[in-house]
Amino acid sequence: MIQSRGLRFAYPGAEPLCFADVSVAQGGTLLLRGPSGSGKSTWLALASGLLTPTEGEVVVGGQSVGVLAAAARDAWRARHIGFLPQKLHLSEALSVTDNLGLVFFAAGLPVDKAAVARALQALDLAPLAARKPAQLSGGQAQRVALARALLLRPSVILADEPTASLDDAACAAAVDLLRGCASELNATLVIATHDARVVQALPQASVLAFDIAVPVAA
Amino acid sequence: MNVFGLSWRYLWSRPLATALNLLLLALGLASIAFVLIARDQIDRAFERDLAGIDVVVGAKGSPMQLILAGVFHLDVPPGNIPLAEVQRLAQHPQVAKLIPLSLGDNLQGFRIVGTTADYAAHYRAQLAQGVLWSTPMQAVLGAQVASITGLQPGQAFEGAHGLGSGGAMHGETPYTVSGVLAPCGCVLDRLVLTATESVWQVHDDMHAGDQMDAAERLELAEALADEREVTLALIAYNTPLAAVSFPRLINSTTSMQAAAPALEITRLLSMVGVGTQLLQGLGAVLLGVAALSVFIALWSAVRERRGDLAMLRMLGAPATRVGLLLLCEALWLAALACVLGLLAAHGLAALLGSLLMDSQSLAINAWSWVPGEAWVPVLAFGVAFAAGLVPVVSAYRVDVSQLLNSR
Repeated sequence: MIQSRGLRFAYPGAEPLCFADVSVAQGGTLLLRGPSGSGKSTWLALASGLLTPTEGEVVVGGQSVGVLAAAARDAWRARHIGFLPQKLHLSEALSVTDNLGLVFFAAGLPVDKAAVARALQALDLAPLAARKPAQLSGGQAQRVALARALLLRPSVILADEPTASLDDAACAAAVDLLRGCASELNATLVIATHDARVVQALPQASVLAFDIAVPVAA
Repeated sequence: MNVFGLSWRYLWSRPLATALNLLLLALGLASIAFVLIARDQIDRAFERDLAGIDVVVGAKGSPMQLILAGVFHLDVPPGNIPLAEVQRLAQHPQVAKLIPLSLGDNLQGFRIVGTTADYAAHYRAQLAQGVLWSTPMQAVLGAQVASITGLQPGQAFEGAHGLGSGGAMHGETPYTVSGVLAPCGCVLDRLVLTATESVWQVHDDMHAGDQMDAAERLELAEALADEREVTLALIAYNTPLAAVSFPRLINSTTSMQAAAPALEITRLLSMVGVGTQLLQGLGAVLLGVAALSVFIALWSAVRERRGDLAMLRMLGAPATRVGLLLLCEALWLAALACVLGLLAAHGLAALLGSLLMDSQSLAINAWSWVPGEAWVPVLAFGVAFAAGLVPVVSAYRVDVSQLLNSR
């Protein structure tokens, strides 16, 4: 479940951004819709506790994110948020398997090899386990990033422009995959997108509309 | 997967840059450590050989030459001094111990030293085989001499005239090996010790020919007794006060000179000191360059991997763990460079040691630990830490929302 109330955030020296209130049930889908630079990423950063709201709050799974202290917030994020960034940031120095292992390193947990193997299996990545990210196709790399986001069975999945460079068929497959994974975990899915195809593919999703009129600091 | 393993993987994901940084750091550390080791070992070699010798009395000439010839057996002596005068000195109230040395011949480049049993006792030499000489023309070999010549007690050898190898052989007066000394790590290792009389006998025979019977030989010896000479005498004082008056007494009232080894060695080392300072300066410059190079490497690693580091934060890694990851890369470099640098420095010292041994010079133990070397890891980690500080802080502060905005 995600709820936001009176959420505002101001970058230093800039006008505050005001976000409309939103409420999505656990397992539901929220689309953040708007053009680039309209504040979608800032909203994602507030929801994942990377930024602290200047006013208002985001409550994720009953936890008000802004009130957590820094260390607790990091630990909370590791446990509850699965993040699929637009630029995937898979580590080139590491194999696919070890890129998934990074999740455990980041969370300060011992690597659960069985969980890594299961995640690879679930996304048809098992044959690619030993490859380096540079040896993957765009679609394969995105699935690795998705496996990474899902590894600790988060309660919220945040996807940032997951379909930006995909053709129609791949876009539909990506949305299906995201939706499928989210339902399997009963996780709330939040997709930030400016892609009309995503909106069409998820007619039942709640939509938080952003427009360029909202002042943003780059 | 822990911070050490992960930083190791990241380090070697840029093998060329890492190898270069490692090389620079290791070279800088090696040159500094080498100077430390070499200086310490040379100091020790000098100290060992000097132990308890307060003054050396020999013919007038360069005092440093006298010390190098008489104590370290590195140079030729300035000349000979009359035995009678040396015997008078032995009676001097300030002299606790006087050891006469007679030089002049060699065995394959190893000096044959005519002396008394006091000389071996002074260095606390132990016999590995056989016994000390009891009559003239018996000789005791230093450990290195025995191992290189392969001579055993009971075997005979001929001395060659002069202090370097290649002189005329004294074929008519061979020596017999009576014993071999255990290695002492001091000057005795590369000497052949015999009675002072042996040296006289060899040279009497050389001048008189071998057509003499025992009676004639005795007659000649008596005739020569007043003219007997030794090369120099090593003296230990029985009071430190003697250091002030004794050399002055010798230098002003006799035809001999007295040289204080401690003084001459200090002078020698201060002359060599410029070279060691230069080498150490070069090491410092190398370290400075290495620090800069490590800084640039880590800085560019942070820039290249900014997104990856931010991703780690997004995955829930605390900022400290991200900073630590980068710091560990610097520390790995320092640790590896430390090991390589110290190995290289000791390897170089071993090379120097074997060169010195080949030229029958000072004995140095290249693989012993010098206390000053403790500074090498301190220096290595200091440099890595200083070079890593700014990149580590910037990794610590990596802006995660930038990651979200990067397209």
